[in-house]
Amino acid sequence: MPVVSDDGHDNWQLTTGDWQLFFMESVLGRYRNLVILVGVLFLQVLGLAMQVKRAGNDAENTRLIRIWVVGAITPFERILVWGQNGTSNIWHNYFYLRGVRAENRELKDQIEQMRLEQVRLSEDAAQARRLQTLVAFKEQFISRTVAAQVIGSSGSDLSRIVYIDKGENAGIRRDMAVMTSDGIVGKVLLVYPSVSQVLLINDQSSGVGALLEKTRLQGVLRGTANGEVALERVMSDEQVPVGETVLTSGGDQIFPKGLPVGTVMKVANGKDLFLNIKIKPAANLSKLEEVLVLVEKQERQATEEGVHVRAADILAQRLPSVPDKPATATPIPGVAPAGAKPIAKPASTSTAPKPTGTASPTAPAVKNPSASSVPAASTTVQPAKSADRPSTRQKNSGAASSVAPESTPTEAKPTEPNPDASQSKPASAQPKPADSTTPAPAAPTQPATQPPPAESSPQ
Amino acid sequence: MPITYTSNAQVDVYRFSIPVTIGVPLLALFVQASLPRSFAVYFDLPLLVTIFFAMARRSPVAGLFTGAVIGLAQDMLGSNPIGIYGIAKTVVGYGASSLGVKLDVENAGARFLVTLGFYLVHSAVYFSVAHLLVNMTQTWSWSRGILAGVANAFLSVALFFVLDKFKQRT
Repeated sequence: MPVVSDDGHDNWQLTTGDWQLFFMESVLGRYRNLVILVGVLFLQVLGLAMQVKRAGNDAENTRLIRIWVVGAITPFERILVWGQNGTSNIWHNYFYLRGVRAENRELKDQIEQMRLEQVRLSEDAAQARRLQTLVAFKEQFISRTVAAQVIGSSGSDLSRIVYIDKGENAGIRRDMAVMTSDGIVGKVLLVYPSVSQVLLINDQSSGVGALLEKTRLQGVLRGTANGEVALERVMSDEQVPVGETVLTSGGDQIFPKGLPVGTVMKVANGKDLFLNIKIKPAANLSKLEEVLVLVEKQERQATEEGVHVRAADILAQRLPSVPDKPATATPIPGVAPAGAKPIAKPASTSTAPKPTGTASPTAPAVKNPSASSVPAASTTVQPAKSADRPSTRQKNSGAASSVAPESTPTEAKPTEPNPDASQSKPASAQPKPADSTTPAPAAPTQPATQPPPAESSPQ
Repeated sequence: MPITYTSNAQVDVYRFSIPVTIGVPLLALFVQASLPRSFAVYFDLPLLVTIFFAMARRSPVAGLFTGAVIGLAQDMLGSNPIGIYGIAKTVVGYGASSLGVKLDVENAGARFLVTLGFYLVHSAVYFSVAHLLVNMTQTWSWSRGILAGVANAFLSVALFFVLDKFKQRT
């Protein structure tokens, strides 16, 4: 500010305010752009720091602003996917039908083979249920899934997420499991009204409880920075074979136990006494199109409720040498796959059909020699030991022992003559009470039609 | 055509209509999110759009705000904390517009080099922020960075040629 001195001249003296003004005008004017840059960067770093500090509530704090952007982008993605699907459908449904007839024939063959496999699996499942009942396990069931289509991704290398076209309106909630028919994909991270964000299992922040199928070693599945999947927390003194299947362990409370995760691709020594196990995901995470969101799962005590099929009965169906039932024999509902053709082979036949043939009329038989003679209540009286002893299983089914070794792949090894089998008296055929959990001896079901002992010996 | 300008009088400053200003970045984000992951990890369309707008406007303030907005929007599509892309693209927007004042960036060769350089700058800033501030596990790969930079640079030459049609001289 100019100050008039005694001699009448203006004397410029700068006050503090003037200095500030000078600073503002010179520095800010000269470096205005740089100052704005620093300011904008500072604000963003501040915002970033706040999010990192509140990492636990990050999703909630930034939800609104994310909704705006996602809401602006996803309609276009929906339109794009819709257009792609329309074009693809026109092509595949009208123009590209070459070879469909041959493919149809192949599929029918596969169905026949799978029916055979289904019977085997039904038996195993029934046995597993019985064992679970015995030890009072809790089972998790996938009771409802919602199919959704992948409509986009984060577009970023570091954030491995995808968007699906189903959201809160379709019943999807946070932390629901997402999978394909091949294996697990990830979990729902954020839910919007009509879309959801799915965190893939190869994201760095993802974690899934997993176990190795054969060795039953448990670990934690995590994504790596370069998009791979690794199984952590497996001690380095464990033997993990390459190629072993990895399943979900259920420990994360998101994925039910037993869903396929992938296979072991590479095993190396890691840090801190743990192995570094690389996993190849079962689902193709880079080419996801349709996924299933597990919206409802039930956990209940293992029971045999609704399973009125005995393993012995199923076994009996599979055996080509089972003698024909008397006229009173009735098929058990739910046993035979739809359209299965009963095996109309006489008991004396010695030519066992090939079990793995193509579309052959050797589909699992419906007729069950023991079906009508034993009430469903007897399903609970299978001995615990019988689950892991084929010989005992055969013992339970009078007809089972008559199988030719080459008749079924799973029973290819006929058992040694079992002394228990000879003790199967008609008296023991009385059904046990339904609540009986004590291992019971054999439950022969049709002493009258039991094949002669000579046939039960292994070939 | 001179590569460098001798005075500001030679600098052409462009502006864009509001639909283009909003629509092009949104379209870039949308396409980026719709790309198959194998492509998305190499191409960064929002970055190219940021560079283009910043260089065309030749205003560092406009450039840095363009970069900040596009980067923050890109952050919101991901699951990581918001601001990582924002910071990286703010720096790129500022740098590109500052460079646009000094260089002839309408030459295809210059555009290629500028894009390649800014892709690496963007990657470096992103890596630093993610690694140092957010503590995300990152692996830096020169070969991958350069490969992606070259891919983006090639794409930018074609993309900028198309976007040039939307320029309006001030």
